[in-house]
Order: sequence, then C-alpha cells, then structure tokens
Amino acid sequence: MKDDKYGRFTSHSEPGPGDGGRTGSWRVVRPVIDHTKCIPVKSNKMACFTCWLYCPDNVITRTIPPTIDYQYCKGCEICAEECPVDAITMVAEAEFVKEEK
Amino acid sequence: MHIIESGNVAAATGVKLARAEVIAAYPITPQTPLTEKLSELVDSGKMKAEYIPVESEHSALAVCIAASSAGSRAFTATSANGLLYMNEQIHWAAGARLPIVMCVVNRGIGAPWTVWNDHQDSISQRDTGWIQLYACDHQQIIDTVIQAFYIAETVSVPVMVCYDGYLLSHTYMPFDIPEQDAVDRFLPKFAPAYFLHPDNPANLNTVTLPDIRPDVRGNMAPGYMEIRHNLHADMRRAISVVEEIDRKYQQAIGRGGSPLMEKYRCDDADFIAVCLGSLSYQLRDVVDTLRNEGVKTGVAGIRLYRPFPDKAVIAGLSHAKGLIVFEKALSYGNQGALYADIKSALYPVTDRPFVHNYILGLGGREIKTPDLLHAFRTSCTDFSNISDEPRWIGLKL
Amino acid sequence: MSEKTSILTLPEEELVHPGNRACAGCGLSIIYRIGLKALGRDTILVVPPSCLTVLQGLYPIASTQLPCLNVTFASTAAAATGVLGALRAQGREKTTVAAWAGDGGTSDIGIQALSGACERGENFIFICYDNEAYMNTGVQRSGTTPQGVITTTTPIRGKLQKKKEVPAIIAAHGIDYVATASAAYPLDLYDKIKKAKTISGPKYIHVHCPCPSGWGFDPRYTVKIGKLAVETGLYDIYEIDHGKFRLTGPSRKLESGKRKPVSEYFKTQSRFKALSAEKIQEIQKSIDEKWEGYHLF
Repeated sequence: MKDDKYGRFTSHSEPGPGDGGRTGSWRVVRPVIDHTKCIPVKSNKMACFTCWLYCPDNVITRTIPPTIDYQYCKGCEICAEECPVDAITMVAEAEFVKEEK
Repeated sequence: MHIIESGNVAAATGVKLARAEVIAAYPITPQTPLTEKLSELVDSGKMKAEYIPVESEHSALAVCIAASSAGSRAFTATSANGLLYMNEQIHWAAGARLPIVMCVVNRGIGAPWTVWNDHQDSISQRDTGWIQLYACDHQQIIDTVIQAFYIAETVSVPVMVCYDGYLLSHTYMPFDIPEQDAVDRFLPKFAPAYFLHPDNPANLNTVTLPDIRPDVRGNMAPGYMEIRHNLHADMRRAISVVEEIDRKYQQAIGRGGSPLMEKYRCDDADFIAVCLGSLSYQLRDVVDTLRNEGVKTGVAGIRLYRPFPDKAVIAGLSHAKGLIVFEKALSYGNQGALYADIKSALYPVTDRPFVHNYILGLGGREIKTPDLLHAFRTSCTDFSNISDEPRWIGLKL
Repeated sequence: MSEKTSILTLPEEELVHPGNRACAGCGLSIIYRIGLKALGRDTILVVPPSCLTVLQGLYPIASTQLPCLNVTFASTAAAATGVLGALRAQGREKTTVAAWAGDGGTSDIGIQALSGACERGENFIFICYDNEAYMNTGVQRSGTTPQGVITTTTPIRGKLQKKKEVPAIIAAHGIDYVATASAAYPLDLYDKIKKAKTISGPKYIHVHCPCPSGWGFDPRYTVKIGKLAVETGLYDIYEIDHGKFRLTGPSRKLESGKRKPVSEYFKTQSRFKALSAEKIQEIQKSIDEKWEGYHLF
C-alpha cells in the first residue's frame, strides 16, 4: 500500500553550499594575500597553510598560491591575524567598489 | 495457539510477532510487565531485537525516533506520567513522520499520585498527530499491536495502542496467538522512503522558515505549513487504511471486522452508550439488562480515536434517539473529550440524537455496573433536559 | 598518540559547505570543519538545538555533507543510542555515530541522557563544543559559564557560581576515553577524534570554543583567545585514556614552561568586565593550586 498518495514530507535537507546566501556580502574588509610574503608562494613548497587550517568557513585553499573564495568569505580576519609572516592584509571593501566602478 | 495470560504479555507477544527491531522503555506501573516480558524475550534469544534500558521515557522515545530515522522498526510503551514526560518527543515523532508503535497502558495522571486506571494520559495526547487505537480485551491488544505497525508504516504516522491499566494489563484472559508465518505474510518488512545512511546523506528535522524556499536543485520544497498540512491529510486518509488493514488481517489471521468502532446491539438501538476501552464490555451487561426491560439500547466502543472516524459515527450511531458518552477523562473546564468529538461529528446531521456525558472511573474509582445501569436508564428516560454539563458517576462529595 | 597530524597531512576533503549562517570568526565553525574531517564520511551525526543547528543550514539546504539527525534538546545521547540500536539491528556497526552538542545541550538539559548513554556503554563519540553560555538564544548563562562572566541572565554582577566540570562528571562514569581540546588547536582535536574512533564504548571530547559575539571580542582573535585560555592554565587540554590522566599538547608544555597571568586572558573579552582585581587574584590562586596538583602527578 506504500505509494505516493501519502505526502510523507518532513524537514529533509540535502547538502549544498550557500544556505545563508552569498555570505561574502557580510564582509566589510577583504583579506588580500601578499605573494611576496606568503610562505608556500615564496618557497614554492607545500608549507605553512595556517590560514587554511583556521579558516572557519572553508574558503581558503591549500594550494600554491592559496586562494580565497570571496563569494563566501565572511571577512572574519582570522587568517590575517594568524598568518605567521603577516602576508594577509585586510582591505576595506569600499576600495574594491571604487575599483570595480 | 490459545493461552491464558495478562494483557501486557499479549502486547509483548504482538511486538515479538511484528519483529520490532529496536525496543526502548523505562519502568512505570502498569506498563512495566510488558517491557519486562520483552527484555526477557530478547535476553533469552527468543526475540531478535535491540532492547535498550533507557534512563527516562523522554529517552525511550528518543531512541525510537532515532532508530526509526535510521531505518529500524521501533517500539516503546509507557503509562501516565511517563507518557507526559515524553510529550515533546511525541509531537516530534509525528512531525518527523516516523512509524513508531507505542503501547499506552492507561493510568490516571498526578497530582495527586494515582497508579490506577483512567484515560487522561492518552486523551491528553490526542492532538499530537499520532494515530490512537483503543483495545477492549486481550485478543484486541495482540491483534491491534500487530496491525499498528502496518498502519504506521503505511501512512508514516506513529501509532499509540491504548489499553486499560490493570483491568486489561494485569488480568489474565484467554487469547489466541497468531502463527509467526501468518504474521510474516500479513506484515510487510519495514521499508522507509528514506533512512539515515552515509551513502545518501541528508539532514533531518532541520529548522524551517515560515515560507517555502528552493532546495539544492532550485525546486520549491514544501515548508513547515505544508509538512503539517500533509500530516493532517494523511491522518484523515489513515481511517480507510485502518479499515483496509483490518480486512487484510481478517484474511491472514481470521479476526477483525470492527476497525473503527466495535458495536454491540447498536443497529436497532434507540439509545447507545459510547466509550473507549474495556468499559464497553462492562456496558454490554448493562445493555442486555436494559434490553430485557424493553429499552432498545446498544454500546459502541470507539477503537480508532485519532483520526476520529466521524463518518462512521454518523453512519453507525446517528439513527439513535440518544447517545450517552461514558468517559474516564475530562477536558477540565469544559467536558469529556470524546463527548465533544461525538457532538462535533453529529453536527451535520439534521435530525441528530441528543448526547449526554458521564465522567467516571477517574484515578481507578470503581465503576459499579448498577451505577452504570442507573445512569444509562436515567438518560434513556429523561432526556428532556439536555445539558452540556457532564454528570459524574461514583462521585462521593 | 602515534603519528601527530600536521596541516599538510590533514585531509583536503571538506565536509562542510561554505555560505552557512555561522557568525564570522565562529570557533565552532573551525572545529566542526576539522572535526568532520576526523569523523569521515561513514558517520551519522546527532545534533540538538544549538548554534550548530543554524550552522548546519535551514531546510531544505544543509551545509553538513554527512547524514545528520536533528533531535530535541534533552535527547542527544539517547538519540545517538537509537541510531546505534538501528545500526546493530541492521548489521551496520561499522558506521561511526557522533553526537555534537553545545555546552547547554551537554551540561544542563542533556546531561541525563548523556549520563544514561555513558552508563550503558553506548559505542559513540560525544563532542561538546563549550562556548560557555547559551549563544544561540542570545548569550544566557549555562552550567559551564565561568564564574564572573557577564551574560544576558547574569547582566550586572556576572555569574556567581563556578563552571561545571563536565569532563570530570563524564569521567566518573568510568568510560574509556575522555578528552578536552580547544578550537585554537584543531589538529589536537583531529587526533583525539581519530583516537576516539579506535576505542569502543562511549567517548567524550569537550572542546573549548571561543565565541566572538558572546564573549565580546573582535572575530579576528578567536584563535588567539582560545590559545590564551590554555596558555594561562585556565583551560587545560588533556585526555583520560582508559582511566589514565595526562595533559596533552600545549597544556603538557606548560608543565615545564611558564603560564601567562590569567588577567591577560580576562582583559581580552568584555564578558569579564565585572571581575574585580580581588576576584582575578582569587582565580589566579586557584589556577596556581590546580597546577601544583598536576605537578604532584
């Protein structure tokens, strides 16, 4: 008797990104990586990646160079704070708005 | 095979025959012998199931909710305050559409403490989205428990099988135990549409927003209100499912025929008593006595209380001059819950019978057959003064 | 512990989707992301109401890529028991069952079910992320809120009572693995979860979890503040492995090294602003005494 005649709906969520929308829009400052300072870029070796480890939102890649997904980066600044060589600076989003214009 | 055993053992035997896979329960009188029996069956290897001795009723239903979500047939049982302690989980199980079966061995609720029988416990849970079935005797207990799994799994709604504490749970009566093969042919394996599995990850019972929103494929998903609407719609459909499964049970096991209510001498009756549970059998004696006096009476024991079989009430009872509702529970400050439901069901009938309400047996107060007879007779002879105020039987103010 | 995991050996695969609703700089987000890497895909999660409910995503989209059962507040460990029961009934015991609850869901409303599950010896991992108050409902005090902390229900004088020692309570059940960790040291947490997966029976991991909005600090300092709690000797990282207690990781280093004064930790967060100099001294004294006790071990 089990068939579609019963609307057995429940709250059943499937995995996917961006449940909270493009959370990059929360950001007021943007992390920018200075490749001249960044350890893996400078040494061209898989090394450091402290930013990748601590990123709460999984928007930094463990690659050379590390990249940041600005679509979802919330701008928490942990990467900039934890970078052992101060290779990440936080730049006001307003700067980019001007640039994009 | 016929045996003479208690109502609790009848229930446990039904659970075993239905091959419940996960059982969790917490002791409370008068349910305890049921779970003792199940733990004995599991411990001795006579039943293949996980018996989980939890630390509370809230956890008992939590275990069943999770086990059912993970794809296993789950069972629990409780009474009175244990049922109330589960309350949050009772709503949860229905909202999550989990076909859990629970026996409620009816007992009055505190304060003050009472361990004796009435129906306030399960009646207080009537609006939770569970199907409620009431058994009148030991045979009905075992048969209803087996059917309950089928009903629950068909409509994805949990089912309470309610029966009277002591009067049924602790008394010994003969009943027939169906053959396992016959039950296996009757009851399909539990095959939920979805269950928790790493190969097919989903996040269940997540927070819903007031409005609908698109899923990961961009299709609009039903929201909270749609989910709740469908629970109601499927509850209404469950009435015919209960009937259909009763027919299948009759074919497979050879018993049944009264899926929604059990009527005794109702067809030509002018006055019909209506009640839940074992009281309907006690009322049969009263009916016989009144019939001997020349008053055409009958009694209807409501088996399916939620969803409420309003159409069956109209079809089966509205021809009478009067319906007299005897209840072991009360919606305080108003009237008996079953009384209100019966009146509501009869509302569309133009030439509807009068309806009286008696409250009795609260906290195990003895229900004496002469008192029932007196009340029934009074209602049959003096129905000019129809009052909504429930009258009390056995009250000693 | 055998081989310690490093940033470079940590699995690349991410099991939490970005774009979720957790606050910027959320400590839970760090440990959830790293913790799920340790648990792996063959896991069923059980989660009560908490910030994690929000982080996980609102219906019908989930940020978590593992199967997850959301359950009522008090029932987490009992629900984990139910999942385990079903897995045993179906011969799926290989799958890990992990409960992941906040400090309120663990130490207050959830402790009865947790205690029951530990006593029964259920084979699951219970992870408590301790952000030291009911953050999801707006920073109300919980059983694990430390003394002196300003919350929305201890708004003037701060909490008068001490923090409940949940790991000690759980350890008293005689289970084989109890550990503490911190969001500031996610690799240590990763290794502890991996270790817990090799032990049968109940495993309990308590994770200190800084919360920028609830604790009153700038999100960029989440890791710094988590580290300070450990470096001051206020919050200790240890494990009780089959009854044997040992400090681990950064706390172990403090046995021979120098602890920072706890006042350094307090001044980084506005939630401690009600603490008097006297009270701070008193807390410093109790930390010193605790560490004296460790040295006796």
